[in-house]
Amino acid sequence: MTGTLTADSVTWSAGGRLVIDGVSLAVADGETLGLLGPNGAGKSSLLRLLAGLRRPDGGAVLLDGRPLVDHRRRAVAQRVAVVEQQVSTELDLTVEQIVRLGRIPHRGIWSGDTAADHLAVERALEQTETTAMRDRDWRTLSGGEQQRVQIARALAQEPRELLLDEPTNHLDIRHQFELLALIRALPVTAVVTLHDLTLAALFCDRLVVLDKGRVVAAGTPAEVLTAELISSVYGVAAHVSVDHTGRPAIQLLPPLPANT
Amino acid sequence: MLGFGLLALSIAAAMIIGPADLGFGDVYAVVAQHVWGGQVAIAPIDDGIVWELRLPRALLAAICGAGLGICGAILQSLMRNPLADPFMLGISSGASTGAVLVVVTGIGGALTLSGGAFVGAVLAFALVLALAAVSGGGQDRVLLAGVAGTQLFSAATAIVVFSSADAQQTRGVLFWLLGSLAGAGWSQVALCGLVCAACLAVCWLQSDALDAFAFGRDAAAALGVSVRRVRAVLLATTALLTAVLVSAAGAIGFVGLVLPHAARMIVGPSHRRLLPVTAITGAIFLVWVDAAARTVFAPQELPVGVVTALVGVPIFMWILARRRRIR
Repeated sequence: MTGTLTADSVTWSAGGRLVIDGVSLAVADGETLGLLGPNGAGKSSLLRLLAGLRRPDGGAVLLDGRPLVDHRRRAVAQRVAVVEQQVSTELDLTVEQIVRLGRIPHRGIWSGDTAADHLAVERALEQTETTAMRDRDWRTLSGGEQQRVQIARALAQEPRELLLDEPTNHLDIRHQFELLALIRALPVTAVVTLHDLTLAALFCDRLVVLDKGRVVAAGTPAEVLTAELISSVYGVAAHVSVDHTGRPAIQLLPPLPANT
Repeated sequence: MLGFGLLALSIAAAMIIGPADLGFGDVYAVVAQHVWGGQVAIAPIDDGIVWELRLPRALLAAICGAGLGICGAILQSLMRNPLADPFMLGISSGASTGAVLVVVTGIGGALTLSGGAFVGAVLAFALVLALAAVSGGGQDRVLLAGVAGTQLFSAATAIVVFSSADAQQTRGVLFWLLGSLAGAGWSQVALCGLVCAACLAVCWLQSDALDAFAFGRDAAAALGVSVRRVRAVLLATTALLTAVLVSAAGAIGFVGLVLPHAARMIVGPSHRRLLPVTAITGAIFLVWVDAAARTVFAPQELPVGVVTALVGVPIFMWILARRRRIR
């Protein structure tokens, strides 16, 4: 399967430090790809590069086989939506106003809100269970609620590719599960950075593990999430078994006290 | 529409206010005579007061109020800082320095007052943005850089005034620095009106892009906004508009700071409605403030910037306090 969104030997530096070091990956149409790695591995940076929010110093990010930088910004936004972690605003914006921001790439300056805009907003609110809070000021919501509203905004963009940076942060377990299940169920290609290996094993079709800006493993959860990999990348011992659905079940083993 | 009605009414009302005893009827007769032609029995002196003094002055007040309000709204959205405005970011003081340099020293030859103000505004703005970028580019850094820029350019203006101006010039310059619409004439109304209308149009066409900046530059880019181009266009537009207004009416503070907040409370943060409403409310506000500045200590006239500051500072403090409550 050829990917609609691919990275070809992408390198990127910030502040004189090489953050992304020759990463190549292909996201297949419709799949949910998990990006794993310890803090500072470059997950968020790679996501921004895939979204076209940063320009690679070397290599290229391709959308439909064409370098992302050659696409018009607006055309990209009509199909690629991004949810960043920890965003903030100074404005008194209601939930609905924020979700409607997602329609900007689809709207001309002279046209008002069309029926399609309205429908997309309503559906996005419904899918993220934020309809009931549509008139509330976004800044008065809890972290998890704010996160869901941002995801609703991204869904209102009606993307084909959805890129999410730590979307499960701030969410309680039920909403973590529901969110990832929703992303899987949507007819979108999703790239999700995750910290939680269990969630990654449960909800992702494929995983790519980054360490120090390089891809150290890629494949299905069963192929990637081995005790050796967890130990070498995260420095934590783990016991990995296979559950009844064939997905890896990870049991992390706390380090034993020395000299015992 | 309601806004336009109120604005027309305000301008008419402001034209009645003043030492010469003129009523609505006189004002209407004069304006009708000039606009539609024909002869009405009006004393030439009343005609002069209305047509040459009060009308252009009220119009210039409306234009400056609208323009400064728009500049404030644009800067607040682009900088994501509710306290940004041309005055706070040092653009106004840069424009003042440029204008004063041209007036007092006569350097620049072909460079007009507006030209001097424009160069000053652009230089000051560039300096403030560079300072903000060097110090990390955070939202608070822009304001700190603005404070530094304002101080620097005030000092530069002071040096120019003290080293080259005579007493008469100094008094004139100081009055003008505080903001004054006393010198309003038709040529300024035409220039400022055209520039203001053009800049409002440019900004309004970027309404959606401005909305997209609510969560910052990356979020705007992810919504399809060409961040660099939009920022460059809007910052240049604000600098131009500020420069033209400052060259006509001096550095009037707090209009750009306060009016966008008032407008946001009326129509919400969407720029398609926010920008026109800010322009209208700003226009109405400054027409009345100027009328007050002319009459409160009549026959002495207060610089209009003094009155906007008197009204603006309490509102400024209220905005700060409100921000704290939300956190």
